[in-house]
Amino acid sequence: MADQSWKEVKFRVGDTDLQVITGGTGKPLLVLHGELGFPGWLKWNAALAQKRTLCIPLHPGFGKTPMADWIMDVRDLAAFYSRFVREQKLGPVDVIGFSLGGYIAAEMAVANAAQFKKMVLVGAAGLKPPTGEIMDLFTLTARSFLNKNVVDTQGDEFKKLFGGEQTPEQYEAWEDARAETARIAWRPYLYTQSMAHLLANVADLPTLLVWGKQDAVVPLAAGQLYQQKIAGSKLVTLDCGHMPEVEKPDDFIREVTNFLG
Amino acid sequence: MHIMFFTERAYHDYPEDEIFKRRSFFGLPNTFLDRDKGAQVLNQYLDEKIYCDELGFDGVMLNEHHGTPFCMGAVMNVEASVLAKATKRVKIVLLGNPTPIVGNPLRLAEELAMIDMISGGRLVPGFIRGAGSEQLFMNANPAYNREYFDEAHDFILAAWTKPGPFRWEGKHFHYRFVNPWVLPVQKPHPPIWIPGLISPETVQWTAAHKYPYVALATMLKPTLQLFDMYGKLAAAQGYQAGPENFGYLQPVFCADTDEKAEELGKGFMFGGGFSHFAKPEWMFPPGYNSKEATKRLASQAANPNLPGHGGLDHDPETDAEVQALKKALYDGYPDWQKQRQIITGSPKTMIKKLRYIFEVLRPGIFSFWLDGPYSQKDRHRCVELLGKEVLPALKEFGVEMKLTSPFEMKPGTRTLSGSGYEAVGDSSRLEA
Repeated sequence: MADQSWKEVKFRVGDTDLQVITGGTGKPLLVLHGELGFPGWLKWNAALAQKRTLCIPLHPGFGKTPMADWIMDVRDLAAFYSRFVREQKLGPVDVIGFSLGGYIAAEMAVANAAQFKKMVLVGAAGLKPPTGEIMDLFTLTARSFLNKNVVDTQGDEFKKLFGGEQTPEQYEAWEDARAETARIAWRPYLYTQSMAHLLANVADLPTLLVWGKQDAVVPLAAGQLYQQKIAGSKLVTLDCGHMPEVEKPDDFIREVTNFLG
Repeated sequence: MHIMFFTERAYHDYPEDEIFKRRSFFGLPNTFLDRDKGAQVLNQYLDEKIYCDELGFDGVMLNEHHGTPFCMGAVMNVEASVLAKATKRVKIVLLGNPTPIVGNPLRLAEELAMIDMISGGRLVPGFIRGAGSEQLFMNANPAYNREYFDEAHDFILAAWTKPGPFRWEGKHFHYRFVNPWVLPVQKPHPPIWIPGLISPETVQWTAAHKYPYVALATMLKPTLQLFDMYGKLAAAQGYQAGPENFGYLQPVFCADTDEKAEELGKGFMFGGGFSHFAKPEWMFPPGYNSKEATKRLASQAANPNLPGHGGLDHDPETDAEVQALKKALYDGYPDWQKQRQIITGSPKTMIKKLRYIFEVLRPGIFSFWLDGPYSQKDRHRCVELLGKEVLPALKEFGVEMKLTSPFEMKPGTRTLSGSGYEAVGDSSRLEA
C-alpha cells in the first residue's frame, strides 16, 4: 500500500508473541477482528485513525501470531487480551469488536467491565440467538461464507477486499483463521451458554451495538438480546448484512464516531 | 498372506442423479431411505460376510461412515458383534473405529473387548481419524482431530492392559474410575492395524507404533512412496519393515467372463464413487488436515478416486449439467480401469492383474473391495468366484513371494540388515 499509515508491531504477552497492527493518532482504540482474520486497512480504519490510535491484535493461531495451545476457548482468549490490556496499561480503553471479535470483547467485559471505557459490538457472536442460528462457517468454503456476509458482493469495499481470484496466500490465511476459530469456538458454536446471564456485569459500560438488518451470519435477534441484557446499551441497525463497516462505511463511521466522541 | 473381503454396505435404492446434483453422498436427505429395504440389505451384507467365512477368507473387513448412503454400517461394532457369534474362524478386521468422533474411548474399549471375547480372540481393531464430513456429522472438533486420535488410542491401550481401577486425567478425556470388567482375550491386546488414505502423518504415527498400515485403494505410485516413508521411519527406529507391515485394499468385480465383469464393474462408479464421498469443504473441515497433508492432497488432484475431485467446482445447476457430469464420469471408466481404481475380470484375468499389484507393493495384507448396485445374484457370484478361485491362487502367490502376514511375523520384529533399510515394495515394476 503506497500510503500505508499503519505498521505491524510485535508485543510479548506472557510466553506468547502477539503481532499487533497499529496506526493513527490519539487515544488508543482496541480493535478485535473477526473469524476470518484482519481483512485489511479499510475506509473506516482510516477515518477513525484521524483521532484514535488503532490497536488491532492479530489473534493467536490466525497466521501471524503463533497459536497458543493453552487457549482452548473464547473465554481463554478474552483473558489473554485482558492481560495484554493490563500489561500495556491501555485500560480503561475503548474497544470495538467484529463478529468473533465482538464475542471476545463481550467475554472481556463480563469478566471485568472496568477495563473498558466504551464498547462497540458489531454483528457480535457470543450469545445463542433467541431466534435463528449463527451461520455455520465450517461447512462452507471461506469464499462462499464471505459472500453470505454481505447483501451486495459488488460493493466497492467488499470487491476491493475479496474480489478477483483467490490467491494461495489468501487461501492459507483463511484456512489458518478457520482452523483456529474451530479450535476455540466449535461447540457450542460461537457462543457461551452463560453469556446472557453474565451480561448484567456490563450494566455500567456505555455500549453501542451495530447490526446489519439483513445480517445472515449472526441474526439481528442476537443484537436485540445484547441490547436487552446490557442496561443502557444502544442498538443501531443499518441496511446491510454482517459487515456494516464494509457495506455501509459512511453510516458506520458516523455512528461509531458519534458514540466514541 | 492375509486376504480379506470388504464392502461399504451401500444403499442404492434412490435416483443416482441425486448424488450428482449434490456432488456428494454425504448430505443426501434420509427421506430417500426406505427403512424396510435398508433392513433387508444390511442383513444381506451380514450374510455375505458369513459366506466369506465359509469360503475360507482369512478376514472380513468392516468400516463405518455416518450420514451417508455410501455406507450403511454406521456403527461397525454392532455388525462386528453379530459376526463374532455368527462366524467360526474368520478374523474380524475393523478398519477402523473413528476414535475422534466416537468421543468416549472407555465405551469403545469395552465394546471391542466384548467382540474379542465373544469371537474367541478373532478381533483386529483398527483406529482412524474419521472422514472430514464425519467430524461435522458427530460434531467432533476437527482442529483437535489428531489430538483426540492420539489420546483415545493411548487410553484404550491403557484400559486393556493396565490393572484397574485407575484414573485418567488427559487433555481431552477424563475418567475417574477406569476398571472395565470386559477385557480382550488376546493378550496383551488384539493386533492393531491402521488404514490410511494419503496422510503422511498417519504413516509416521503407524510406523512409530509398529502397526501395519493398510492403504485404502490409493494409486500405486503414491502408495509405494508412503510405504517407503514407513520403511525408512521403521529403519530409523531400528527395525526392518516387511510385508507384514503393509496392506492394500483393491476395488474389484469378478464374473464368469471378462466381458461381463467389465460391464458390471462400472457399478463401482455409482454416483461418482468415492470422488463424490463428500464435497471438499466437508471432507476437509478447518483444522482437520495438516498443511503438509493438504499440499500432498493437492498434488493428487488427478486421482479420480479421491474425494473432492469429481470434475466440477460447483454443484450442477441444470439437469444438462448433471447429465454432463455423469457422462464425463462414466466416460472415464477405461481410465479408472487403467489406473487400477477398479479391477475387473474373470477369475483367471483377475489373478493375473492382482499378481502385478502383489509384485509392486508386496503387501502381507490384502482386501478385495466390492461395491456397486448389483443384483444379489451377480454379487453372490462375484464373492463365490473370489473365494473359490481367486483366493486360493493369491494365497499361493503369498507363499511364493514370501508375503508374510502380521499373523505369521509380528510387525516390528524383523531385524535390520547391516546394509540398512531395504524397500519392501518393488518400484522398478511400476509401469510408466
